[in-house]
Amino acid sequence: MGEDMNFWNFLINDHAEILSRTWEHLLLVGAAMLAAVLVGIPLGIALVRRQKLRRWVLGAANVIQTIPSLALFGFLIPVPFLGGIGARTAIVALALYALLPILTNTYTGIAGVDPAVLESARGMGMTPRQILWDVQLPLSIAVILAGVRVAMIICIGVATIAAAIGAGGLGVFIFRGVAMVSNAVILAGAIPAALLAIGVDFILGLVEQRLTP
Amino acid sequence: MKTVPASDGLAVELRDVGYSLDNRKIISGVSFQVAPGETLVLLGRSGTGKTTTLKLINRLLEPSSGEIFVEGRSQLAWDPIRLRRRIGYVIQDVGLFPHWTVEQNVAMVPRLESWPESRVRERVREMLALVGLDGAKFATRKPSELSGGQRQRVGVARALAADPPILLMDEPFGALDPITRAELQREFCELATRLEKAIVFVTHDLREALLIGTHIGLFAEGRLAGIYTPDEFLHSGNAEARAFVDSLHGGESKDRGSPRITGKWGKT
Repeated sequence: MGEDMNFWNFLINDHAEILSRTWEHLLLVGAAMLAAVLVGIPLGIALVRRQKLRRWVLGAANVIQTIPSLALFGFLIPVPFLGGIGARTAIVALALYALLPILTNTYTGIAGVDPAVLESARGMGMTPRQILWDVQLPLSIAVILAGVRVAMIICIGVATIAAAIGAGGLGVFIFRGVAMVSNAVILAGAIPAALLAIGVDFILGLVEQRLTP
Repeated sequence: MKTVPASDGLAVELRDVGYSLDNRKIISGVSFQVAPGETLVLLGRSGTGKTTTLKLINRLLEPSSGEIFVEGRSQLAWDPIRLRRRIGYVIQDVGLFPHWTVEQNVAMVPRLESWPESRVRERVREMLALVGLDGAKFATRKPSELSGGQRQRVGVARALAADPPILLMDEPFGALDPITRAELQREFCELATRLEKAIVFVTHDLREALLIGTHIGLFAEGRLAGIYTPDEFLHSGNAEARAFVDSLHGGESKDRGSPRITGKWGKT
């Protein structure tokens, strides 16, 4: 069964659900990315001056990245406050995945600023805050944004698995399609997810162009 | 000059200054004074503590012992940010902000000091003219669009923009090709006599030291071996000074076959 249900038919008949699942998907990714950016960028900046902390934090972020996504969702379910069934757990897991690229790129970008530029900035009497905002961040923004783009793509992909723990999103179609052995239904989840990834990446590319000095 | 040095008339004074890093002495017992209008060149081989000494003056490093006075005030009494804005700083790698135009780079300290915008623009034009760059042509360029010599001219303009009474220069012409270097050295000499700043200039090039310095402080193994006028230096009995002078003659006769430097500086 299922093969008789054409993808296009599904698209026409169920476009309302596809749209609402896409929106759900975007909300999951958006919330996770917001958290990852708010934690990852300041933490990445803090790591530049703290060598010991850097080893631990980057190590932990690496370890998280190696956990299979389905397993990470599973691990989080019994965790109090963060876990449980539903969107909150999914957002926490997605944010953890997004953290590594944002963290490493922020650290790499800031640490890569020409030391001569920093020395002259300090030597001419810029305050540490001025150095951060006027020199370090503008000079590393392209690298930081590249990290955000990678994190975004990872998030949009991994978020399809969030449906497994009842968080909704486009993954709902994929799991349903697998259960129904229907390519059409799987595609109804996979194609919008892919388009989402491409579209968001394109928009972030424009932002990157705009912000790069 | 607008800025009045402290009562004793000295711009920079080091008294028995030492600096250690991880229990290793980098410099020790360094004392010297620089008055407005003087250029003290710190001359020495690599790794003898010249740059360290320079960074102690604008407090990029903190001395482990001894005292440093800037414009008659103990360095500890200065807010480091205020102190640095009164001290121009030029380094070999220039360190222009690559994301800023030449105009923005030169205007950096005046803008940090919240000068009125009209005065900042005026000042930038003046400074670019002072270092021999056409403001109309260069103001809107990015550092990546400049040659090495032009970049260092902008570096000097930036350091002088807020009219600091003190100028620190760390091998500013070291990375330039020989012709550009000679050009900038000559122009800088003229500039230095005109500006009446107190200048501390680090180099390992004796020729440059003789050309630019009113005094030469010879560094050897983290200590100041002596302070000489250029003439005194050429006739000093100090072994390290002799080594420098000999290298000059050696290099000179090999490169050009002419003892030009001795002719110019040799008479006492």
